[in-house]
Amino acid sequence: MRNMAAPIDRMGLLLLTLLPVLFSISDAVDRSNFKTCEQSAFCKRQRDVKPGQSPYRALLETLELSDTRLTLQLINDNNKVRLLLELYRLQGNMTRVKINELKPLKPRYEVPDVLVKDPPTEPLSVLNRDENGVVLSLGADSQRLIISARPFRLDIVDGPNVLLSINSRGLLVFEHLRLRKDTKSETDTEQDVEQNVAEKGEGEEEVKEEEDQPGMWEETFKSHSDSKPNGPTSISLDFSFPGVEHVYGIPEHADTLKLKSTEGGDPYRLYNLDVFQYELHNPMALYGAVPVLLSHTTDRTMGVFWLNAAETWVDISSSASVQGGSEKSQTDVRWISESGIIDVFVMLGPRPTDVFSQYASLTGTQSFPPLAALAYHQCRWNYNDQEDVKAVDDGFDEHDIPYDFIWLDIEHTDGKRYFTWDPLKFSQPREMLQNLKDKKRKMVTIVDPHIKVDSGYKIHKEISSKGFYIKNKDGGDYEGWCWPGNAGYPDFTKPEMRAWWASMFAYDQYEGSMENLYTWNDMNEPSVFNGPEVTMHKDALHGAWEHRDVHNLYGFYVQMATAQGLIQRSGGVERPFVLTRAFFAGSQRYGAVWTGDNAAEWGHLKMSIPMCLSLGLVGISFCGADVGGFFKSPNPELLVRWYQAGAYQPFFRAHAHLDTPRREPWLFGPENTALIREAVRQRYTLLPYWYQLFYHAHRTGQPAMRPLWVEYPENAATFAIEDEFLLGKDLLVHPVTDEGSRGVTAHLPGEGEVWYDVHTYKKHQGNQNLYIPVTMNSIPVFQRGGSIISRKERVRRSSLCMQDDPYTLYVAVNAQGTAEGELYIDDGHTFNYEKQQFIHRRLTFAEGELSSSNLSPDSQFSTASWIEKVVFMGVTKPNAATLRTAGGLESALEFEFEPATELLSLRKPGVNAGADWTIQLR
Amino acid sequence: MSCAYLLLAISLCVSFANAVEVQRPRGVPLSKRQFYEENKPFTCLDGSRTIPFDRVNDDYCDCKDGSDEPGTAACPNGSFHCTNAGYKPTFIPSSRINDGICDCCDTTDEYNSGASCQNTCRELGRQERETLQKQAEIAKEGFLLKQQLINEAKKQREEKQGKMTEMQTNRRTMEEKVEALRTVKEVAEQPEKEAKERHLKAWEDQKAIIRAEKDKTKMAEAFLELDDDADGYVSVVELQSHTELDPDSDGALTEAEAQALLGGAGKVDTSSFESAWDNIKDKYISESQADSAAVDPPVEDNRPPVPDNEPYHDDEPVDEDEENEDDDEDDDYPEEDSDKPIPTVHTPEKSEQDEEAMPPYDAETQTLIDAAQKTRDDFDEAERALREVDDQIKSIEKELSFDFGTSGEFTYLYSQCYDLTTSEYIYRLCPFNRVSQKPKYGGSETNLGSWGSWAGPVDSKYMVMKYEHGTGCWQGPNRSTTVKLICGKETVVISTSEPSRSLERRTPPRGY
Repeated sequence: MRNMAAPIDRMGLLLLTLLPVLFSISDAVDRSNFKTCEQSAFCKRQRDVKPGQSPYRALLETLELSDTRLTLQLINDNNKVRLLLELYRLQGNMTRVKINELKPLKPRYEVPDVLVKDPPTEPLSVLNRDENGVVLSLGADSQRLIISARPFRLDIVDGPNVLLSINSRGLLVFEHLRLRKDTKSETDTEQDVEQNVAEKGEGEEEVKEEEDQPGMWEETFKSHSDSKPNGPTSISLDFSFPGVEHVYGIPEHADTLKLKSTEGGDPYRLYNLDVFQYELHNPMALYGAVPVLLSHTTDRTMGVFWLNAAETWVDISSSASVQGGSEKSQTDVRWISESGIIDVFVMLGPRPTDVFSQYASLTGTQSFPPLAALAYHQCRWNYNDQEDVKAVDDGFDEHDIPYDFIWLDIEHTDGKRYFTWDPLKFSQPREMLQNLKDKKRKMVTIVDPHIKVDSGYKIHKEISSKGFYIKNKDGGDYEGWCWPGNAGYPDFTKPEMRAWWASMFAYDQYEGSMENLYTWNDMNEPSVFNGPEVTMHKDALHGAWEHRDVHNLYGFYVQMATAQGLIQRSGGVERPFVLTRAFFAGSQRYGAVWTGDNAAEWGHLKMSIPMCLSLGLVGISFCGADVGGFFKSPNPELLVRWYQAGAYQPFFRAHAHLDTPRREPWLFGPENTALIREAVRQRYTLLPYWYQLFYHAHRTGQPAMRPLWVEYPENAATFAIEDEFLLGKDLLVHPVTDEGSRGVTAHLPGEGEVWYDVHTYKKHQGNQNLYIPVTMNSIPVFQRGGSIISRKERVRRSSLCMQDDPYTLYVAVNAQGTAEGELYIDDGHTFNYEKQQFIHRRLTFAEGELSSSNLSPDSQFSTASWIEKVVFMGVTKPNAATLRTAGGLESALEFEFEPATELLSLRKPGVNAGADWTIQLR
Repeated sequence: MSCAYLLLAISLCVSFANAVEVQRPRGVPLSKRQFYEENKPFTCLDGSRTIPFDRVNDDYCDCKDGSDEPGTAACPNGSFHCTNAGYKPTFIPSSRINDGICDCCDTTDEYNSGASCQNTCRELGRQERETLQKQAEIAKEGFLLKQQLINEAKKQREEKQGKMTEMQTNRRTMEEKVEALRTVKEVAEQPEKEAKERHLKAWEDQKAIIRAEKDKTKMAEAFLELDDDADGYVSVVELQSHTELDPDSDGALTEAEAQALLGGAGKVDTSSFESAWDNIKDKYISESQADSAAVDPPVEDNRPPVPDNEPYHDDEPVDEDEENEDDDEDDDYPEEDSDKPIPTVHTPEKSEQDEEAMPPYDAETQTLIDAAQKTRDDFDEAERALREVDDQIKSIEKELSFDFGTSGEFTYLYSQCYDLTTSEYIYRLCPFNRVSQKPKYGGSETNLGSWGSWAGPVDSKYMVMKYEHGTGCWQGPNRSTTVKLICGKETVVISTSEPSRSLERRTPPRGY
């Protein structure tokens, strides 16, 4: 079914997207501002190395095995440089492979602060060993790690199946640190030779002197030159996944969910960049980088985490491999980074949920946002002044549209000096914040990491006097051009700098701030308008390290320090909310990300789905795209469709460029206002479910917004779906993302499952492609049969206004007549949930009995919320419904039944949402 | 219009204070009290169902229209009535009941939320009455002013229309005059033309005779020059020294060519030279000139050369200096022109400079010409006057065509401009013409739109002016301005707001 429908679907899609692409050419990204692999010297050098016989050989006699790790030396037979291989078996079915130079001239950068802790290890044991290699056991089951000596290669196998091979294509390249030939003094040379001789094993042949290639010691791009004092330092390694056709991850790219082969084009690039008007379907680097790739087949899901913060390129190709006598497809992945070491975590799954847990155990889980942050955010560059803020705030009330946060972009500051307010336009920030607080609403102001060089600016003065700025290659403070003009960039890699930055968010430091003011970190790639590729020079210095080594970490650290500041200002009580544009592995721990400066085009609306799905797969659940599109002006249809899609994506914020016409929801006529109001209201009714999803994301690392294949890993028809997605496992959303759409075809997965249209309650069978006719008010959303979802249906001005409101439970019964769900409640904004101050209920429905039981008996919390209604989908009409509360009291519940939709509504059980109770249908 | 409306509002507010509390379910307005009868089953106001009365306001939504829960937040589409004794009664959405935010000034919406609301109705009522009173006063004054403006506009319009009628009458007279003068002119021009032609012809004849004589002289001179051996004949050889006569321009005058020029003869005498002269006179260069051309180096300047030591600036000192200074300020294009001599190539002087100026017309012709000129001048003047009247009529027509409001009350704004200075810009509004913005501290003016139309809602069209097609925005449409008008005593631009850089720039309230 799916296959038959797909081509038609795709054709329509193609025709509709073609036009905007053609018209937008003149506005698109200026590609010449950014490097291709060919223009990036190390990428070109590495990519010129073709698969073949690896020069690396494992020196098995150097093998050492301890409780926690195995070490082994590798030698490059061409230049005789030795590497040290470390292997770890990590708890939770992971293997860590580390390769560094045995004796580097000076230390090479190893990424700190990303791993939440030293990953706990498990003992490795040698099963077999001969001159060709070593076989190690990876635990009790049939998983083995095989080290082959000549050439060096690693294979992870499960019984007869090879799961993953490393260096099987011989693309391990480790550019060792070396002295620059023309600057070597005679004595240096002698020492060098001595060293080489000393290191040389017996009977080894003469060392071949490696020829310098262009770009090794200096590189120029456009007018920018990179002095490269350390010379060539790049690394590369290949991974082969036999039997794998689908790989995902390595965000951020404006590209399909399923990664494409990069043969004949550029590799996917990971290098945090401020890309002006980015193009769709392109492997170019964007604002953030998470070097994590997932592989998936019907049998197994695995992941590779390449822990390296330097500029990285990822080549993907597919080939055929022969395994067990039959030909299978294979995906080959090759990672190339400019500096640092090889530090790889292989997450062996086997299920998608296992990979998410494994990755979460390494880099942490999604921070648990304040409930309000999951509601609707109203942003624009810029709300002009306090009167404007008030007018917009009033506009939402006038048009009865809820919102929680209003945002101020850079124009709110005094001359782009962050932590300040424009003295004319925002002269009374506390009064403004108090007015919002009186309506139980909040605000976000932007705080970017570029600091105006101005001796009268406190922030600059302090950073400068403390020596916290990043230095240029000559040791002076690095200065670049950004919004404020000439700006310095604080060295956030320094813990002292981060601590100082965090202290700046204290209420007495950030003047005019209040507890309902939160923070947005933009431009933290970092963006340097006059720098190479609009970012920082790679030879800038962070203490002993070059910017080259830490580049992709910069934004991660900025958000980390900012989140820490928001926690500290409340004495550790309140949860922070910080939005960032740049990110790295682990950024999920500090807040939300958005997909940067998109455009008001249908293609960008469509792309928001795979972009956020890709981020969710690598731990970053709190993702959103600017609703309406940042650049350009959406027509009302696009704006409405974007609100409808955004209402079902994790971070729901409308945003617009300074030069676009205003687009508050009520500016497009009453009909469109009503459509947008309805979309936002749907979001608010589902906030309990969103909150629960984020609680789980925080506790377990499971993504809130998921590709279908995560829940239906054996259904190959779901593997490339990126026009619909799941929220948790119970809601399936297929937003309308085509102009003039009359219908969409949604894939409802799961043989034997049923899905209920949440608007009509109509039941549909799983494992089918369902055509859904749509009108302008349609947002195709389905609830999985077998699930129970809690909603709050009294939508109010803001989420905080709804705190004590009652719940309506939606019980969608599966083919077996059962359903289950959860209900999570806490105060919505503090860390008290860590002290067991929450309610976590399990809701189950089986054999005509719906009951609420305590999932967390140790926790304590009381809520004023109660159960006002229970809606059953897919049941027959009962004769009676009886409520039994904890005291054993029984009472009859009134109900209504609609035979056409098998919809049963129980009137007002009235029990407290935190209590034990059962309802029996007879 | 709006002024009258405000006056009405005043009489309404007097009745607020008289509102009396009547027992009814929470949130029900007095007007709907009869539908909520205690101890009787309640029928949803949309008639969809009937429920026991104890389910009214029981915090559960039974009616699709929300009418069973006027006093709770249970229904998504319900509304709550605040009596607001002392101020205006109002409806708020049910969702604002007990949300912790005080919406009704009588605090009745927050009866169970723990919010501590103050009853502010009396204070609000007082303020409202004061404001209304003030507004009413202003409105009254404005109303009078408006009447005055209407009267003035009416008068003006009548005047303009009267003037136009008058001008149109005048115009017809003038048109007739123009036609009459055209005839007079044409009549006078005929004899003038004939006389001029006669004169011209006479002069042309005279010129021909002179030219022939000159040619003859030249020929004789040439003959003498050519006849190097002074034998009274010009021979082929003698002619060959004049290479400029080479008919095929190959640089050499061959014998054959020379002979051909001499009409086939080996040599010619003075009389036969006449026909040869016709062949060569166009190219012939006098030997005295040819010599000087060969000796003198080509001069690159056609101005007299100025010796270095001579104080050049003394000749035309002031002019040159001033010119240079001016040039510096403008652009240096003309400076180059004046300083750098234009390269010229020395060419043999044309011998045709003998043409004398045309002799003056004889008295008779001159009289005819003078007479004709006068008729022309008269005609031109009459025509110019007609055009002026046409322009005036057009301008009045344009002004009369503007929609200056139902009673012409906005007429006085025509051809006026009003400025407003903000922290960044000076905004200028010229009603019925254009709106612009100029940065306060230098920079060029931006056109925010030209007069488009009245754009208020149907019932109050004259409250809003729309100016369109201003300067385009980056990635956006052309700028436009919406001007909102409010009643007042004087005409000023009160405030401006720029919701976004384009589309909706407002230069609102202004009054009259």
